[in-house]
Amino acid sequence: MLSTLHHPPRSLSRFFPSNTKSRHFHIKPVLSLSQPAADQPPSSTSPPPESQILSIRHSLLSREVTATQLAETYLSRLKLTEPQLKSFIHVSNNVLKEAQSIDDKIKRNENVGPLAGVLVGVKDNICTLDMPSTAGSKVLEKYRPPFDATAVKRVKELGAIVVGKTNLDEFGMGSSTEASAFQVTANPWDISRVPGGSSGGSAAAVSARQCVVSLGSDTGGSVRQPASFCGVVGLKPTYGRVSRYGLMAYASSLDVIGCFGSSVADTGILLSAISGHDRLDATSSKHEVPDFTSQFMSAVLLESKPLKGLRVGVIRETLDDGVDSGVKSAILGAVSHLEELGCTLSEVSLPSFSLGLPAYYILASSESSSNLSRYDGVRYGNQAAADELNALYGDSRAKGFGPEVKMRILMGTYGLSAGYYDAYYKRAQQVRTLIKKSFKTALHENDILISPAAPSAAYKIGEKKNDPLAMYAGDIMTVNVNLAGLPALVLPCGLTEGGLAGLPVGLQMIGPAFDEGKLLKVGHIFEQTLQGCRFIPPLIAEDIKE
Amino acid sequence: MASMLFRTIQTHPFLLYPTTLLRRNNAVLYCTLKSAHTQTAAQEEQQKPPQIKGSPQTRQAKTKTLDKISKDYETIIGIETHVQLSTLTKAFCSCPYNYGTQPNTSICPICMGLPGALPVLNSKVIEFAVKLGLALNCKLSLNSKFDRKQYFYPDLPKGYQISQFDIPIATGGYLDVDLPVEFGGGHRRFGVTRVDLNRAGVPLLEIVSEPDMRTGLEAAEYAAELQRLVRYLGVSNGNMQEGSLRCDVNVSIRPVGQLKFGTKVEIKNLNSFSSINRAIDFEIARQALLHSQGEDDQIVQETRLWEEGSQKTVTMRKKEGLADYRYFPEPDIPEVILMKEYVDSIQSSLPELPEMKRRRYEKMGLSMQDVLFLANDINVAQFFDATIANGADVKLAANWIMGDIAAYMKNEKLTINDIELTPEELAELIASIKSATISGKIGKEILFELMAKGGTVNGIIKEKNLVQIVDPSEIEKMVDKVLSENPKQLEQYRGGKTKLQGFFAGQVMKISKGKANPGLLNKILLEKLNAKC
Repeated sequence: MLSTLHHPPRSLSRFFPSNTKSRHFHIKPVLSLSQPAADQPPSSTSPPPESQILSIRHSLLSREVTATQLAETYLSRLKLTEPQLKSFIHVSNNVLKEAQSIDDKIKRNENVGPLAGVLVGVKDNICTLDMPSTAGSKVLEKYRPPFDATAVKRVKELGAIVVGKTNLDEFGMGSSTEASAFQVTANPWDISRVPGGSSGGSAAAVSARQCVVSLGSDTGGSVRQPASFCGVVGLKPTYGRVSRYGLMAYASSLDVIGCFGSSVADTGILLSAISGHDRLDATSSKHEVPDFTSQFMSAVLLESKPLKGLRVGVIRETLDDGVDSGVKSAILGAVSHLEELGCTLSEVSLPSFSLGLPAYYILASSESSSNLSRYDGVRYGNQAAADELNALYGDSRAKGFGPEVKMRILMGTYGLSAGYYDAYYKRAQQVRTLIKKSFKTALHENDILISPAAPSAAYKIGEKKNDPLAMYAGDIMTVNVNLAGLPALVLPCGLTEGGLAGLPVGLQMIGPAFDEGKLLKVGHIFEQTLQGCRFIPPLIAEDIKE
Repeated sequence: MASMLFRTIQTHPFLLYPTTLLRRNNAVLYCTLKSAHTQTAAQEEQQKPPQIKGSPQTRQAKTKTLDKISKDYETIIGIETHVQLSTLTKAFCSCPYNYGTQPNTSICPICMGLPGALPVLNSKVIEFAVKLGLALNCKLSLNSKFDRKQYFYPDLPKGYQISQFDIPIATGGYLDVDLPVEFGGGHRRFGVTRVDLNRAGVPLLEIVSEPDMRTGLEAAEYAAELQRLVRYLGVSNGNMQEGSLRCDVNVSIRPVGQLKFGTKVEIKNLNSFSSINRAIDFEIARQALLHSQGEDDQIVQETRLWEEGSQKTVTMRKKEGLADYRYFPEPDIPEVILMKEYVDSIQSSLPELPEMKRRRYEKMGLSMQDVLFLANDINVAQFFDATIANGADVKLAANWIMGDIAAYMKNEKLTINDIELTPEELAELIASIKSATISGKIGKEILFELMAKGGTVNGIIKEKNLVQIVDPSEIEKMVDKVLSENPKQLEQYRGGKTKLQGFFAGQVMKISKGKANPGLLNKILLEKLNAKC
C-alpha cells in the first residue's frame, strides 16, 4: 500500500549538515534569528531550528547577552509585528523589570532557573495573577484572577517571564481565532490568513518570534492545528499530564494545556517544566515525569538510520478525499522521510475515526454548557443591569457571550436534556470508548501513528467564518486524539502553495499515553534531519530587512 | 367547603390537644427521657379521643368522624435526610467549614467557582459516607462517581452541584428503631434506599429511606435513630437547629386496600423530631379530609412548609413538571474506587452502634425504658458502659444516671461530659453504699459534690468524716441523748402519739450528721421508746 506512494529518493547526506557545531553551544540564533531567511529570497528554505531556550541559557550564563537585552529584542519585534498580527490581548508591563531582576541575580552569581529570561506567551484562557485573563470573552473583560494557573506558576518558578496573554477563540471554541471577542489574529506566513485556533495567538506569537515559547490549550486540536497553520511545533500532552488548574474549562474531560515552540527541543523543555501531578487538579496524573529532553541528540551525532525499527502507522482515514492535495503530498514526503530514517511504515485503519467529529462536538458542547454556567454575572465579570434575578442571568450572558459560545451552550444543553441524553451524550460516550479501543489496538501494532494535523493549510480570514460545519470539519484530524486522551506532537513537515513563501503543513505524531518522550525524540530527529523546508515566516524576515 | 373543613381540623381537639402536649415535651419525647408529661401524652394518644372541653356533644361526634376517616386510609411516609458532615474542611477544597462563621470569610477560588478552579474531593467525606453506609447495613458501590446537577441560583457559584445521581455510594440498607415505651414500644425496621454524597461545598450526605413509615411517630423515631447513628459514628454533630441534620418528609395516603400510591406531598422546614411528628399527623389529617370529601384532586404534588407558629403546613411551591437538571458525570473528579481492604478497615473500626447497644443493654436485664434512655446519647452510653466496666451494679448504675445525674444535668443545662463526676467515682460511690460504708443519703450528697466539684468518693468521705456509723453502742448513746433532751415528746409518744417516732429518728440523724445507719437507728430507737412502757 505505502510502497505505491511515489517519492523522490533522498540523499542521506542531509543527516550530516555542513554546520557541525553542537547545538548546545550555538548561541547565534538568539539575536540574529532571522538572519538566514533575510539573506535569502522569501520562498527559500531554512535550516532546522535550534533550541532557543538552551541558547538563551548559554548566552545568559556565559554573560554574552543579558536577559534585558534578550527581552528588548523580543519586545521590539513584538512591537513591530503586533499591529499586523494582533496575537496578544494583553502585553505585560513588567517584562523588562523581571528581566532586570534575572540580570541582577546573574550578576550576584545566584542560581537562576532553567527557564530564566525565557519569554513565554500565555493563552488568555489560562489564569495569570495580576494580569487580565479573559478567555477572549466579553463576559470576563477586565477580569484579573487572584491566582496563577499551576502551569504558569511552574514556568515562573523556573525563571520564565510571562510576556503577555495571547488571543484565542472565545473560551477556546473555534478553529481560527476569529471567534475572539476582541480581535482577529493574523497568520505570520500570510497576514490575510487565519493562524488557526483556538490557540491562534500563542501559535502566531511563537511563529513570529514575539516570544520564545507559549502555552496553549487543546480540547479538540487547539494547539496542534494552529501549530500546523503557523509552522511551529505544538504538543498536546496526555490528558492528566499537565494540571488543568487555572485553565478556564471548556470541556473538562478533553482539555489539556499544551506547548508551542519554534523547535521540538523547546517544546519538550516547556513540557518538562509544566508536567506532573498537582493536588489542585484531581485529574492530574501521578505518572512519573521523565526528562523529555534527555534523549535529544545533535543531528551530527545521529546514525544513518536513527529510527531503525520504529513502527509508524499512517492513519488511512486521514488521507482521504477531504484532504488538500498540497497537504497530502507534504505528508507523503514526511512518510518517505521517516522511511529513510529507518522507520517501518504501514497503513493502519481506525474504523471509528469519522465518528470522532460528531462525538467530539456533542461531548465538548455538553460539558461546555455546564462549565460556562458559572459566568452568570453574579460574582465577577460583566454584569448586566437588571431588576430581577433571571433577567440578570439572562442579560449578563446574552451580552457577555459571543455567537459561537451561545451556539455550543445551546447544543450542549440540548444534548444533556431529559429525553435526548441517551441519543446524544450517552451515544457519544460510547463512541468515545470505541475510539479509545481502536487507538489502543493501533498503538499496539505501531509505536506511533501519523496523520496530517489539519486537512488544509491556513485559510483566508473570513473564509469559513459563516460556515460553522466547514469549520468543525477542519478538526477531523485532531479531535479523536482528545477523545482518546493520547499525546500528540505536531511539527512542520513541508510547505504547500500559498502566501508569499508557501504555507506550512504540520505532521501529527500520536503516541501511547504518557509517552510524550517517544514523540519528542522521534520529532526531534525528524526535525533536525528535515531539509528543503522553511521554519521562519516571511513576516519577520521582511521586518528585519526594513 | 374544603376551607371550612380545613378550619375545623385546625381547631379540632383531637389534633390540637395531644400536639400541644407533645410540643411542650419536645425534647422529652424523642430523647425518651422519663417524664410524667410524656406518659400523659402517651396515654391520651392511645385513648383517642382525649378529654374534650367545650361542647362535648358535637365535637365528640366530629372527632369520631375524623378518627374513622383516618382509619380508612393508609399513610405512606418516606424521608430524605441531609446530614452535614463534621469534616474540618469543605468537600471540594481546603477551606475550613464552621457553622456560624461570617458569610464569605472562608472562601477560596475553588469554592467561589472562579474560572480555572477545580474541585478536589476531601477523602474524609468518602470515609464518613462509607461509615454511615456500613452502619446502615447498605451495600457499598465499590466504584462510585460524581455527577453534575445543573441549575442557576445565586448561592451556587458554578451553576451546578456536584452530587451523586445514578450510582450512590451505598444502597439497599435498613435502620432498626425501638419505639418509645410510652407509645406502646415496639421494634421497627425501616428500609434505606440510598446514601449518596450530595451537594458541593459543605459536605453533605443524603440518606433516602424506603417509604416504610406509617405514622408521624415512626418517622420521628427514624430521624432520631439516624441522629443517634451519626453521633455514635462521629460523622456529624446531627444538630437539627443548625441544620446539620435536615429531614424532608414525603407523605401520601391511599384508601386501605389500594395498591397505587396517592399523590405525595413533600414537607420541609422540620427543625425537630416533634415537628416531624406533628407535621406528618397534620398532613395525614389534611389529606384524609380532602379524600373523604371527594376532593382528593386538591392533593397535588408540591412542597409544603411546616409552620411552627400556626402548627400547620402551607404551600411553599408547586412542582411544575419535572425539573430537568441535565445530570452528567462530573469530569473534574475521577471515579472513586473503594478497595476491599479500605472498606474492611472501616468496618472493623465501627463503634458499637445504637441498635447493638440497645440489644446488649436489654440482655443485661435493663428495662426497655432504661435501655432507650441510656442508648439515646452516645456520651451517656459511654459513661454508663465505663461505670459498669468499673464493677458497678448494672441496675444501680442505670438508676443513678437516669435519676439524680440526669436531673442535675437538666437543671444545670450540662451534658454528661461537662459534669466533674467520672464513671470510676460513680462505680466507687455505688460500691460504698452497697458495702454500707456510707448511707444512701450521704451517697446522694457526695454525688452532687462530685458532679459539681469533682474529687474522689474516698477523699470526700475522709475529708468530711462521712463514714456511716454502724456501731450500735454509739447510736444508742445518741438515742439516749435525744430521748433525755426531749422528755415532753417522749411522754406524748408513750401516751400513744407513736408517729413521733419520725421526729426522734430525725433528731438522732441530725446529731449523727446523717451518718447513722438508718436501720440500726430505727431498731435501737424503737427498743428504747417502747422499753419502759
